[in-house]
Amino acid sequence: MPVVMDADRIARTLTRIAHEIVERNRGVEDLALVGVRTRGVHLARRLARSLREITGHDVPTGALDITLYRDDLMRHTVGPQPLVRRTEIPFSIDNRKILLVDDVLYTGRTTRAALDALIDFGRPLGIQLIVLVDRGHRELPIKADYVGKNLPTSAEESVQVRLQESDDREEVILSAGAEEGGAA
Amino acid sequence: MSGPVIARVDETLAVTSLRSKNLLGIADLAPEEISLILDTAEAMKEIGSRPIKKVPALRGKTVVNLFYEPSTRTRTSFEIAEKRLSADTLNIASVSSSVVKGETLADTALNIEAMQPDMIVLRHPSSGACHLLSRVCRSAIINAGDGMHEHPTQALLDAFTIRERKKQLAGLKVAIVGDLLHSRVLRSNIHLLTKMGADVWVCGPPTLIPTDIARFGVHATSAIDEAVADADVVMLLRIQLERMEGAFFPSLREYFNVFGMTEARLRRAKPDAIIMHPGPMNRGVEIASEVADGPYSVILDQVANGVAVRMAVLYLLAGGAEHETAT
Repeated sequence: MPVVMDADRIARTLTRIAHEIVERNRGVEDLALVGVRTRGVHLARRLARSLREITGHDVPTGALDITLYRDDLMRHTVGPQPLVRRTEIPFSIDNRKILLVDDVLYTGRTTRAALDALIDFGRPLGIQLIVLVDRGHRELPIKADYVGKNLPTSAEESVQVRLQESDDREEVILSAGAEEGGAA
Repeated sequence: MSGPVIARVDETLAVTSLRSKNLLGIADLAPEEISLILDTAEAMKEIGSRPIKKVPALRGKTVVNLFYEPSTRTRTSFEIAEKRLSADTLNIASVSSSVVKGETLADTALNIEAMQPDMIVLRHPSSGACHLLSRVCRSAIINAGDGMHEHPTQALLDAFTIRERKKQLAGLKVAIVGDLLHSRVLRSNIHLLTKMGADVWVCGPPTLIPTDIARFGVHATSAIDEAVADADVVMLLRIQLERMEGAFFPSLREYFNVFGMTEARLRRAKPDAIIMHPGPMNRGVEIASEVADGPYSVILDQVANGVAVRMAVLYLLAGGAEHETAT
């Protein structure tokens, strides 16, 4: 299984994205990071640390679980329900620019669900999308504002991001064989 | 005094779905299923603190709340839970329905079912009414209290409230005091707490202690001080005058003098003990006002948590597994 990003590459990529965030927004005032569970949350926390090193400012960081907003919920008449995890956004998103963070951008369906969920928390000034890997094959009109790596894939392949915080490993791998479970 | 080892959900024990499409009682649930419901309820609780307290999860699902007994708390709680999940809800109370014209429960349910609901939440004065419905109906059945049998969502919200305060259920001493004979809340709580490894003591007048109570794995006593001693949780049950035919104790005043929870009695419990009551309370009968309103009382937390727990149950059952599947 080819490793397309290793630990160093992931670290450098996140540092680069942090600099792009500062450049594009001319600072980090009014920004907040919201990670999509599970790995988007880890990436959001790492970006918050980088932003503090670069600017000396703390950027509020939250966690979003999109399960209850999925478009495939209740579509299968038989089968287990996806596990719901806790959403934690301990700040107001009103009049803030929200940086939405996910590990892999694929069909765009997760991002659609995340946008709907975020709007239930208030009216942000704007939402920008950050992904570590964009693997193509969009099914919805969604585009990332910050991309760690563009990775051309076929629909038969699967992309797995493994991070120290949840997987005891640090790598992005591309493997043959279809994705297991929901839309990424 | 530690109970079974199943303390809380861990990765190896975790399950992601319930085996049955119905929630008829706690007796049918495995400890991992109880943990799944309580963990899901934690995620659901956060939704109640949002500016827009609604998620689209149950959009297009119809839930019928069929209540054959008066209820404010449970019916309101279910209805709020259903609405927060975006289900369409409709309430049928027996006094305003064809029940008064003599229709049987099964016929009423089949007629409702002909209109294609997805779930029926049933409260009924007869024990076993939910089991009966689950045999004749295709819809998922959720027991909201059946006679003297079970009230599973009450036990789940009690467990959620205890877990919130005490972090876990295993190893806690829980004293349950009151009308043990007529209480469905007691039966559901005994099943749940013993499955999760708590040490359960039940206490009441000898006339209100079921004779076979020991087979449920609990300690039974009529000595209130023994039940409350070093308890982590003291749960009071309502004296259900409406279910009592005959004299079970001399008078309400006498009951309060012997079993009523007062601050003096509570001092025997652990210093950080919590006080619970499923409501509605009879102040001055099973509980003194100063205890009900005291700092250790979590009675209103129980009500608040009821919504989150019912959202979890509705969500987990809405997938509609048609057959029992092992996971």
